[in-house]
Amino acid sequence: MDIPYTIESRPDTGLYNAKLGIWLFLASEVMLFGGLFSAYVLLRVGAAPGMWPHGWLNVTLGTINTLLLALSAITTLLAWAACKVRDFTKFKIFHGCTILLALSFLTIKSFEYHDKLIHYEIKLNNGTFADGHLVEKSPDFDLAKKTGTVTLHGRIATDEKDLMDLRSPEAKSAKLDEVTVAATDIKSMGNYGPRHNTFTAIYFTLTGLHALHIFGGTVVIFYFWGPGSRMWKTDPERFTNRIEVSGLFWHFVDLVWIFLFPVLYLT
Amino acid sequence: MSESEKPVSLQSYIRLCGVVFLVVLCTTSAMIATSFAHIGDGWTLKVALILAIAVVNAFLVAGYLMHLLSEKKLIYTVLVFTLFFFIGLMGLTMWAMNDFPTGTAVH
Repeated sequence: MDIPYTIESRPDTGLYNAKLGIWLFLASEVMLFGGLFSAYVLLRVGAAPGMWPHGWLNVTLGTINTLLLALSAITTLLAWAACKVRDFTKFKIFHGCTILLALSFLTIKSFEYHDKLIHYEIKLNNGTFADGHLVEKSPDFDLAKKTGTVTLHGRIATDEKDLMDLRSPEAKSAKLDEVTVAATDIKSMGNYGPRHNTFTAIYFTLTGLHALHIFGGTVVIFYFWGPGSRMWKTDPERFTNRIEVSGLFWHFVDLVWIFLFPVLYLT
Repeated sequence: MSESEKPVSLQSYIRLCGVVFLVVLCTTSAMIATSFAHIGDGWTLKVALILAIAVVNAFLVAGYLMHLLSEKKLIYTVLVFTLFFFIGLMGLTMWAMNDFPTGTAVH
């Protein structure tokens, strides 16, 4: 059985079915990310004064990722344009670039996640905080049994608020060094994972969901670049429409990042 | 006829993409510069400016790369509905911002 309107437009909608389908799907995606963005607004406005983090994320890596995604959106469009002019070799080149750019984005994102997961905040019994990246835990380190030591590359802060704004002059001038803490001095200890505070929770949720979209999009694009490209020989018009539809999804993912980057990294 | 149904010239698309990428580069730089600049006392003005630049960036991607500047009426209808519900979602969140039940600890 043939699926109707995969190439020609439906008379009533003026669109081929997949195109209307992807736009309806993107509309639902707007509401999905919209819900999370509204949660972000609620958490941020509701935070106690001085307790919303600034400068916790690496702006350089965020900028590189922004440009990588912008470039991948462009190569996706050019891949579709190459299909339209019946240049299959250029399609392969442009879509190959899209896949490489997407994988680069995910690699950088995983470095950023790793950086947060090895970054620890330790509340000490004397009320101060040791904050920094994990260097090592002694072999006998056990927080429950209060044995051993943990070493961080970071600093000691007297108030948790001092750890919130890393763009403040005080934070910029703070000297980072190796700090070794005995387990007996530790009141509580945790990394900058999703459960650290509301900022890291919404950061991991938003960027994690976005990264899942990137991953899913990459799988689809890879399929069309590799095994799925056999359709080019039998039905090039339909294949071109498939590339357009996957491209629309990819541009949407780029659009979401265009707002995620300033909201999380710059404000 | 929507943009995707018109005859395509690869060279003209490469030129268009070059311009779009340059503008994205400029808007991204402008957002970063605004973020680190000393504007006003708090973050409110900065956030507004940065988001305004992000909207310009988003317009470029949606308008030119997604061909939204010349699409079919049905797609615009779908997007108008989406915009309506998105504004409703954000608006209800803002509206409920200070609507705490009695006894809630407020900072």
